[in-house]
Amino acid sequence: MSYLFHTDEDRREMLKSIGAESIDEIINDQVPEAVRMKRPLDLPPACNELALTAEMTRLAARNASADSHVCFLGGGAYDHFIPAAVDEIASRGEYYTSYTPYQAEVSQGNLQVMFEYETLVTQLTGLGVSNASLYDGGSAATEAVLMALSMQRGRNKVITTDVVHPQYRDILVAYLKNIDAELVVVPSDENGHSKPMIDAIDDKTACVLIQHPNFVGQLESVSEIAAAAKEAGALTIQVFDPVSLGRLKRPGDMGVDIAIAEGQSLGNPLAYGGPYLGIMACRDELVRRLPGRIAGQTTDRRGKRCWVLTLQTREQHIRREKATSNICSNQTLLALRATVHLSLLGPEGLKETADHCIAKTAYAKEVIAKSDRFEIVGEGPSLKEFVVRDLGSDVDGLLAYARDNGLLAGIDMTPMCVGGSECSETAVALPSRYEQCFLVAVTEKRSRVEIDRWAKVLCEAPAMATV
Amino acid sequence: MRNQQSTQLLFELSRAGRRAHRLGDLDVPSVNVDDLFADEALAETPPPLPELAEGDVVRHFVGLSTLNMSVDTHFYPLGSCTMKYNPKRNERIASLPGFLNVHPLQHESGLQGLLELLYELQGMFAEISGLPGVSMQPAAGAHGELAALLVAAAYFRDQGSDRSVVLTADSAHGTNPASAQMAGFKTKTVKSNANGLVDLEDLKAKLDDKTAVFMLTNPNTLGLFDSQIEEINQLVHDAGALIYLDGANMNAILGITRPGDFGADLMHYNPHKTFSGPHGGGGPGAGPICVRDFLAKYLPGPIVTRVENENATGEEDRYTYQLTSPSDDSIGRVRSFFGNTGVLVRAYIYLRTYGGDGLRHVSEDAVLGANYLLSKVKHFLDVPHGDRCMHEFVASATRLKKEKKLSAMDIAKRILDYGFHAPTVYFPLVVDEAVMVEPTETESKQTLDAFVEALFRITEEGEELIHDAPHSTRISRPDDVTAARRPVLKWTDAAGESTK
Repeated sequence: MSYLFHTDEDRREMLKSIGAESIDEIINDQVPEAVRMKRPLDLPPACNELALTAEMTRLAARNASADSHVCFLGGGAYDHFIPAAVDEIASRGEYYTSYTPYQAEVSQGNLQVMFEYETLVTQLTGLGVSNASLYDGGSAATEAVLMALSMQRGRNKVITTDVVHPQYRDILVAYLKNIDAELVVVPSDENGHSKPMIDAIDDKTACVLIQHPNFVGQLESVSEIAAAAKEAGALTIQVFDPVSLGRLKRPGDMGVDIAIAEGQSLGNPLAYGGPYLGIMACRDELVRRLPGRIAGQTTDRRGKRCWVLTLQTREQHIRREKATSNICSNQTLLALRATVHLSLLGPEGLKETADHCIAKTAYAKEVIAKSDRFEIVGEGPSLKEFVVRDLGSDVDGLLAYARDNGLLAGIDMTPMCVGGSECSETAVALPSRYEQCFLVAVTEKRSRVEIDRWAKVLCEAPAMATV
Repeated sequence: MRNQQSTQLLFELSRAGRRAHRLGDLDVPSVNVDDLFADEALAETPPPLPELAEGDVVRHFVGLSTLNMSVDTHFYPLGSCTMKYNPKRNERIASLPGFLNVHPLQHESGLQGLLELLYELQGMFAEISGLPGVSMQPAAGAHGELAALLVAAAYFRDQGSDRSVVLTADSAHGTNPASAQMAGFKTKTVKSNANGLVDLEDLKAKLDDKTAVFMLTNPNTLGLFDSQIEEINQLVHDAGALIYLDGANMNAILGITRPGDFGADLMHYNPHKTFSGPHGGGGPGAGPICVRDFLAKYLPGPIVTRVENENATGEEDRYTYQLTSPSDDSIGRVRSFFGNTGVLVRAYIYLRTYGGDGLRHVSEDAVLGANYLLSKVKHFLDVPHGDRCMHEFVASATRLKKEKKLSAMDIAKRILDYGFHAPTVYFPLVVDEAVMVEPTETESKQTLDAFVEALFRITEEGEELIHDAPHSTRISRPDDVTAARRPVLKWTDAAGESTK
């Protein structure tokens, strides 16, 4: 009973004050006998800190991490560098053990961080307004679609393509099944571009959802697609990569209405997929449909500038069933990390990070393409991610060989092409041209030595015996 | 003297040309980005982010942190939110590279340690809830509500049933009706009776063959365990509907009673409340859900399964753990990747620290603390719903409002001056001028006594002093109305200058 306070004497005094014989008496008064547990919970026995730390350290050591292995994995989560100051600040108890700023007077730290985060997101995206974060990139994409549907009465078609993150599409399928909306997944062209979706846009289209750079690492014709959507009266939603904006045009500057992102790459650890940071920004006019919390500036009774949670009439605790979404919490701690991270990088640091990713990715592409066994799939430059086809037709064995040699060398795309064990719908499969391919991400953290070793190991891996 | 770097904004501290982080020279051939990418893709300049030195950044954010109340610094009796102590060992262990720096799409063979932990945790959640099907995908309690309602919708669709209505209690969390609406259901509200429990007559009147789910919070938001639970169970199930349990108050019943034993078919946990995950200033949390066996195949995936390893050489590789979809009938995903793993790892460590018996003590002490506070507070504040409660209770400031024009909000603001975070106010909606107090099990009798003393003193203080409270905080009574009417949602040069 490590974290309890009361001595037996305390308990006796407290019971006396209550006027009860025992705690059981208080509980039994309320919980009917028939539904009370008659046995103890069947859980592992209590474990002290010393023993538990030792056991957990052993358990953790059994996992291949980006520390023990060299990581070339992406697909929406990236091994970017995190400056030490991010961890130092975020590990302050005043941040991580506080709660939603219901009492603004004693939450100015968090509220100001939210306001600063929102400002940074608008600067990053070129859009007018940002919320204070959502769960993660995938659910943010779906929230953006729901937001667009609620704006566009009489339009129920949602158009996306087969090179938007398959998991993001999986979430969309799950959310849209029970409401009046139709999901149309348009096939991309042979290079993995979403331009064919333009033909599918019609007067029933509420929104188009694209990703740029997309899941296979290709840049999209965002401005063109957004213009076509706008002409048809539909909204454009873009999934972006925050790091890419060190170099690429911002969503707002390309005519996008709602931009969402996975913010993990801004100072947040890989953490096996979570907690992550859902970034969402939109044009000013859409602010009252924007889901999630928003902090705003005001003054206090002494005229001092300060910050509060605002526009709460969009939220579930006031409008209940009419709320713009059911989202109650947000990801403040991860938004804090992103805020500190972006403050440390600044415009030049972000640009430098993007430039390093671009140069190292180009180098990795070049070295791997030298081998007869591999070819790069899709034309065009890459920011940090690209697809490699294994002509030896044994991606699974190839990646296993690399793991044994200390490399997380890429993500096997074959299961994603057939729907995979995790995918319940064909709407979320990748195009079949990515079978026997793997997805590679090269961040600024990868050194030339690591990239050379990666290429060498992949090239020397035994290919599947041809029959 | 207060550090100016925390009251100014990052953007005001910015000086062109300052920089905190440099990567240095490339060790691969540089590329000409302008040549490599098409003009239409490239921005002319990087985004206009602030430019700061590392010292600026550190002093700014450390300064800001001191403006927050937190569990590490203050008693935080925020009812319904369960602000219990966040053990430091959980943070340390969850930060081990083998948990923190693992990629969500890496191969299962390199994840056996983590998957074993998650598999065991699934089992613990099932045992504590009494519901065998578990999915740890949802990222927050409200996200769990939504996921579970999508599961219920899939179940009824399979049954060929057109049940389209979700019933929620009038004392329920606001997320309940909002989640139901998002899952495509219509909602109807069931009233509370004079004792603060479900009004059974109203429930009977609203239950029919259109009812899909009754969403119940038990113990409810008044801190009361609904003693009519067996009858509710009977009524809802006889009507062919499912019972969803909002698990926000699980802190009160660990090892005492289980949702699966008292009739719930689906539920979510809030591990950040019940199992001591830090709330992070409003998040992250997590929202794992548990369901009865006949609903398990609809759960969102992936979930962790294990198979016996035929070639095992010892305990270490006895099982192979893998990620699977619950079935072909799964609703799919509600979130990318596995879920909020970091929060789940903390919950696991917490559960291993206590074990089954310890967990029951947690709930017993939570109930003891709340009843102790109740026994003291009732001498100077009305507590409309009885002398006893589970882990929290709701007082009312109506009498103070009549006699001294003091509202629940006034009390909340003044208590901040005494060095306590305020209780939850104006929730649940069924109590006028509600003051909802939850001490949790991780507060000493001395702290509880000091809190009661402060509350009592406030009820004796002069009106003016209280209306202007808080006095000791950096700001006091912000203007929410102007904030909403003329929203300033980001810094611009103009906005910054006018109010600095």
